[in-house]
Parts: sequence; structure tokens; C-alpha cells
Amino acid sequence: MKKRPPAMIPPSLIPLPTAPSIARRVDELELPFSRHGVDPYGVDKKELAKFFTLLQFLYQRYFDIECVGVHNIPGRGRAMLVGNHSGGWAIDALMVVASAFLEMNPPRLAQGMAEKFLQKVPFVANFSNRLGQFAGLPEHCIRLLEDDRLLMVFPEGARGTAKLYRERDSLVSFGTGFVRLALSTATPIVPVAFVGGGEAIPTVANLYGLGKRVGLPYIPVTPYGLAIPLPVRFKILYGEPVMLEGSATDTDEVIGGHVEHIKSKIAALITQGRALREGEITAAEVKLS
Amino acid sequence: MKVLVTGVAGHMGRLVAQQLLAHGHEVIGLDRRAWYHPPEGIKVYQADIRKRPAEDVFRTQQPEAVIHMATVTHLTHRSEDRYRINLKGTQAFFEHCHRYGVKQAIFVGRHTYYGAAPDSPLYHTEAEPPMAVHTFPELSDLVAADLYAGATLWRHPEIDTAVLRCCYTLGPLRQGTLAAFLRGPRVPTVLGFDPLFQFLHEQDAARAIVLALTKSLRGVYNVAGPPPVPLSVVIREAGRQNLPIPEPLFRAALGRFGLPQLPRGALEHVKYPVVIDSAEFKDATGFSPEFSEDATVHAYRDA
Repeated sequence: MKKRPPAMIPPSLIPLPTAPSIARRVDELELPFSRHGVDPYGVDKKELAKFFTLLQFLYQRYFDIECVGVHNIPGRGRAMLVGNHSGGWAIDALMVVASAFLEMNPPRLAQGMAEKFLQKVPFVANFSNRLGQFAGLPEHCIRLLEDDRLLMVFPEGARGTAKLYRERDSLVSFGTGFVRLALSTATPIVPVAFVGGGEAIPTVANLYGLGKRVGLPYIPVTPYGLAIPLPVRFKILYGEPVMLEGSATDTDEVIGGHVEHIKSKIAALITQGRALREGEITAAEVKLS
Repeated sequence: MKVLVTGVAGHMGRLVAQQLLAHGHEVIGLDRRAWYHPPEGIKVYQADIRKRPAEDVFRTQQPEAVIHMATVTHLTHRSEDRYRINLKGTQAFFEHCHRYGVKQAIFVGRHTYYGAAPDSPLYHTEAEPPMAVHTFPELSDLVAADLYAGATLWRHPEIDTAVLRCCYTLGPLRQGTLAAFLRGPRVPTVLGFDPLFQFLHEQDAARAIVLALTKSLRGVYNVAGPPPVPLSVVIREAGRQNLPIPEPLFRAALGRFGLPQLPRGALEHVKYPVVIDSAEFKDATGFSPEFSEDATVHAYRDA
């Protein structure tokens, strides 16, 4: 009897079947998978296929998503998706990952820089790491960009997901680390606007005290209690890539200028995304530059 | 070349000595433990590295190169003695090297130097500081020995000193930290955590150490081989049963039900990965492992 070669991957954490079309797209990903289907960071092909099968359902059936300007994401090579947070938790990140995988040809895996506290939460860290979503550390950013990966960054951080319903299209202050990292690795920045997250998870309050007790920054509360996203319309807009010029060691003032530049690009995209969502303009009228 | 190996009676020490011999070197061993039947050609002196007779070996034998492996690894062996061997022994070792004209010295350290924590990155580079000092205080003597060894580069610049931070070893000898952790039929893990583990076949580890000698390496280098593997897979492929335990019960369960005893700090190393980038070592030596990750863990299982 021929012995089956051992697969050096752990059992799946997603008890769902894999769509064959998704498995084929996972095969098209340009990542250095080993003969076991695992990349050097532990990103696991089989788990990706199951995850994207689930995401495809959410992306194409549950939510109503329109994605504009996906051609602005470079097909290969390093790039940084920089977006706004919209929704009580990172539903926007999930959908951006889904759109880079489902709308691009060949697909790309957007790798998020997740909140560091997630690494302490049982199962969450394990699960997200196998899908290429790592702790938001500068070391990870630099390494992934130097490996020519597609990075996804939300410079608002947890302050951004904590926006209430009435603040849904606003931008809170940006971290500046992403600009220095983009400059030091010569990475183009693709501004991303995500509109509709506030409607999907209409946060009316955030419980900071209770959150702290269970190891989360806060717990979002919606009028219907839990922060389960509603099946609403989302608009994802990808702006033209911006190649910043300067040095990573410039003063905070100079770096702050770059941050404001990117932030204003995202703000302009959000305004248009909102108009698009309200039916005031069509996708063809959106200006992505 | 005349090479002295300290800690030669240990499992890695023996492998390194044998490989050096096979490469045509003249090999002398030093260990406070006995190696009863060393292969012909390896002369073993039984002495404690910190004591006078060990210095005599340096004085009378005049080795050109030395490999320091006389550090105590057993994490459960927590005593004053271990601390003294790891620090005072390393200090004595480098002083002898300087005094007796040794040209090349290799310190074999561990990748756990970097420590495991929720905010520690995958793929540590040599320039990173030792997080292990606070994540795993029991390792602090080894961390200090590593840093002390590295300081030899400026303290005694005439010696070509290489500090190797080796990942775990695994293989048919079933010795070492990871092998000890995997020894029982059931291996405890923390429920909801499955860190990447990096390991090297013991023969490959010995080859890497010999290669560092051959290439007269100078500086600090991470030494790793095949890509890292999740702990749950290591356990499964080693033919063991993974026993995920919720974190609040983890410490209470250790040492009972046939589970291994672990020091307090080890918890973080079962929850989070320590993965090193050994690109610099590969560039400097051309090292590539002969054993894949599967072959290595199966060699451990089938031994």
C-alpha cells in the first residue's frame, strides 16, 4: 500500500466545505507556498480556500458590495492598502481582503496588520495567522513588504472601529508609522475608502469597561444588542497609487504632511463613496485620482 | 585543525565531535560528565570548565579552535549550579581562549534568546534584543551567556568568535528541549494557541556548527533549517496526542497525568512562536539542511 505523504498542516478551524472555484483561485495566488501548501509565515492554502469560500458568500450574497477602482491595486509587487475604518469591528478589513481576492485577476492576498491584543485572544490569533493576518508590528510590515506582499493598514487603529453610527464617515487621527514604513521600503500607497460599515454595524455605544475586563479594547453595542453586521450595501473605492517621495527619517512635521495628504485622498474617496451609496453619482463618475 | 569541544559528552557535543573527526580534524573533548567509549581519535578530558584541570587542557593541548557547548539546557534543572555553569563557565571559557592563543571560538546558543510574546514578530533577526529576559526569566542565564560570548568580539578581537543561536533540534537521539517536551504520550498545549515551531535535525545542527568552524565565521548568527511548523502538527507527526488545556488550568495540569513539568516562563513559549531568520548564516556558509521538517520529526518518532 502506498503511504500518503503527510500534510504538515493542522486540522482546519473552519467546519465548512471548500468551493472548487475558490480553491483554484487560491492556487493562482503568487505566494511562496511549500509542497505542503504552507508559506514561510504559516499561511495555509487549505484554510485560505475555506475562508474565502465563506467570505465569497458574505461578499456576493449577504452584503451588496460595489467595488470601484480595483485595478489601482498593483497586480504584483509590494503595495500598501491604506483605508478608513467603518463599522464597530473590522468588517471593512474582511471585505477589503475579500475584494482583493475575488475581484483581482490573478487574485492577491491582502495581509492586514491586526490589533496587537488579538494575539492574546485564544483561537483568534491562531486562526488569523493561518490566513496571513498578523500582529501590526513594524517588523512584520517591513518583512512582508520586502517579500513583495500586499499589505493592508488602517492607520486609525482601534480608535477607528470605535466610531459611533453618527460619526461613521468621519476620520479620526491617523498613526504615522505607515508613512515611514512606505518610505523606507519604497512602497506605493493605495488609498481605500470603505462606506457602509456604519450602517452594517450601527454602533450606539462602546462598553470600554466591560471590554477591558475580557481583554478587548471595548465592546460595541448596537440598537439590537450584539454587533452582528446587517446585510447592507457597501462601497469600496480604491484610489490611484501614491508613491511618496522623501526619507523615512524626515521630521515628524514632514511625515505628518504625507499622512495628511493620504488622509485627504481617503476623505475625498469617502465623500464620493457616500454619494455613490446614496445614488447621487454613478460608479463611472467617481474620480479616483 | 586541532579543535576542542566543551560539553562533548552531551548529545550535540558527541555529534559535533564525530563530524569534526570525519572532516579530518584533531578533536579533543572536555566535559564534567563522562563519555565512556568515545570513538577512536577523540580524546576526552573529564573536568569542569570552571576548574583548574579544564584550564590545563587549554594550556597543554593548545587548541586552535574551540566550540563551547558546555551550557546546561535542561529547563527543569533550575539550580544555582546551572546559573554558575552557564555564566561562569562561559566566562572561564573565553578567558582561556584569550590566554592560550585560541584563534577561533564558537558559542552554541539558543534561539529562545529572542523570547516568545504576543507582540514578538515572526522571523527574528540577529540585531534584536533578548525579549526572553522578561518573557521567560528562567532563560536569563543563557541570554546573559549569549551576550557575554558576543562581547568577546570587542573584548578579544583577535579571536574569531561566532555566536550561533540555534533553533530546537530533533531527531533519533531524542534529546534536547523540544524532544523532552514531546516525550510523553500526551503533550500539553494551550487551548486556542498553535504557535509555529522551528527545528533542525540534530545531524543538520551538528553540520551547521562544523560549517561555522570551517568558514571561520565571526559575529552573531541565527541557525535554522526547514520552514517552521505549527506545534499541533509537530505533536501529531511525532505520534503523540495533543492535549489542549484551557490556559487557567494549564499550570495546574503540568507534572500531573503524565504531562511534562515545565518552568513558569515556558507557558509563553507554548502559546507564541519563536521563529528566527537565518538568511545571514545561509549567506555566510551556504548551509542548507539535509533533512526536511517531515523527515526530522519522523526520525524522532521512529527512533
